[in-house]
Amino acid sequence: MSELLRIERASKRFRQPVPLGDRLAAWLGRPRPPRAVQAVTDVSLTVARGEVVGLVGESGCGKSTLGRMVAGIYTPSEGAVLFEGAPVMPGGHKRSPRVQMIHQDPFASLDPRMKVGETVAEGPVAHGIVSRAGADALVAETLRRVGLDPALRNRYPHQFSGGQRQRVAIARALALNPALLVLDEPVASLDVSIQAQVLNLFMDLREAAAGGSGLTSLFISHDLGVVRHVSDRVAIMYLGRIVELAPTRTLYAAPAHPYTRALLDSVPRLGQGRGVFHPIAGELPSPLAPPPGCHFHPRCPHAGPRCRVEAPALLPVAPGQSAACHLHHGGTAAAATA
Amino acid sequence: MSGAIAEGWREYRRSPVAVVALLVVLAIVALALLAPWIAPQDPYDQAGLDLFDARLPPGEVGSGGYVHWLGTDNAGRDLLSAILYGLRLSLMISVSAGTVALVLGTAIGLSAAYYGGWFGALAMRVVDLQLSLPAILLALVLVAMLGQGVPQLMAALVAAQYAYFARTAYGAASAERRKDYIEAALSTPLSGRRVLLRHLLPNTLPPLIVVVTVQIATAISLEATLSFLGLGLPITRPSLGLLISNGFQFLLSGRYWISVYPGITLMVTVLAINLVGDQLRQVLNPKHRR
Repeated sequence: MSELLRIERASKRFRQPVPLGDRLAAWLGRPRPPRAVQAVTDVSLTVARGEVVGLVGESGCGKSTLGRMVAGIYTPSEGAVLFEGAPVMPGGHKRSPRVQMIHQDPFASLDPRMKVGETVAEGPVAHGIVSRAGADALVAETLRRVGLDPALRNRYPHQFSGGQRQRVAIARALALNPALLVLDEPVASLDVSIQAQVLNLFMDLREAAAGGSGLTSLFISHDLGVVRHVSDRVAIMYLGRIVELAPTRTLYAAPAHPYTRALLDSVPRLGQGRGVFHPIAGELPSPLAPPPGCHFHPRCPHAGPRCRVEAPALLPVAPGQSAACHLHHGGTAAAATA
Repeated sequence: MSGAIAEGWREYRRSPVAVVALLVVLAIVALALLAPWIAPQDPYDQAGLDLFDARLPPGEVGSGGYVHWLGTDNAGRDLLSAILYGLRLSLMISVSAGTVALVLGTAIGLSAAYYGGWFGALAMRVVDLQLSLPAILLALVLVAMLGQGVPQLMAALVAAQYAYFARTAYGAASAERRKDYIEAALSTPLSGRRVLLRHLLPNTLPPLIVVVTVQIATAISLEATLSFLGLGLPITRPSLGLLISNGFQFLLSGRYWISVYPGITLMVTVLAINLVGDQLRQVLNPKHRR
């Protein structure tokens, strides 16, 4: 399988604008509060053509930021996001429509004043994929592909249900014939019954594309069950870093990182009766002030002295599986002496 | 496009009051445009005025041999004619000043919200500074500097009013700017100009349309105030506001008609414009459609 997307040591910091009052306070000698949020730290990941990579983590772990760097919404502060070998945002501006993104909330991601047909046709016409005259046929075909009646093209988004809107958003992306789709929690804001429909649509599209160009995607979710259903490989993120990366089957059967294990344990399952849930101890630390060393150590049951000072690197633990944990690379007891 | 207009009209029709208001506005505009042909007298023709006709009550026949249905003012003008001509002048000035202010203010507010940065900050600080001054003061200074006349008055009205449009457009646009559909459009990617004109602008329009109606009404009264203070239009060419102020001194002496009839005309005009604006807001917001 050839490589389609390569994320090379990408980081993203968001600087917060400092209010005038705080600037005055700092000038008068009060210590400055932290100003930059480190949303993504040193992430490397490759996605092969035709592959679906799941990106999982708690809210605020940086998975959406990473997705937005891939989709060409944010430029990385450091590192690079390369699509087919070239930066997604050369000079800070995205030019190619080959990477498309599906947003989480279909109630916000469609222009409320544009008929859905126009929404679907706009990108392809602007990029010269179809002529204005040919746009009608493309809209009809694309709407049919996502399971919508082409006659609905003259309606406005508010006349649709959440599931239908998400189909429109998917149609908008597909009409541009993208090589890579970034799906940012595409079903999280939908009813469970609708979630299944949209996921099945997604699986159908993937199968339909498998013979041809191949629908590659980065599937962002906090729902481990959904990710297991759709992904070939899964990356687990914690506080801006990838902590484990493994083929889906391996990850669910033999998780290597304590955080992955904790996440899998905290999923409520059917058939356990009044089972006990195992929430992860503690809270997600603020990305404004992440803990030193391994970011997970304050919540980790296996944390040792080394974890408090040294951040672990993402290294292979088994064929195809990597984890960023000292447990697998030299132990947690002693601080490494350089 | 004609389909969209038909659809809009169907939606507009839902309110009978708004339909009546629209008819009133259309009638007022028609009356104003046709004033030179339907008015019994040319109120701008000083030679045609007779001081013996001054302050005739409604319904009397003056020296011209025709009935002054609304009476005459203190210069002997037929009030009906003066109102029609005044309406024409007031509407022409306020609508064109309002339109120019709308375009200018929206352009400033939208680009400030879209591009942000130092340009947006600077533009909006200027607008804020201007909003902190009373519009009448600004208009006064400008008219005093530029001199009397219709173009000068319009320039002063635009300068006094564009800031309201800029502020409203900026507020609406910066709220929309953060929404996912703008992000989706930018990441498609679509050109900045297209996102600005096809996505941001249409979603910013409804509050602006309400502001337009309010500002046209405000422009009429601003113009009247300036005229009252002797800085607007020359007294030989009275606008609606000037007619009202002219009759003000006779109001308590029983000659109510000199102020009251132009006043009623002004009130009906402003009310009808506001009602139409309200219904337009409903039509332009697809979320209000059933």
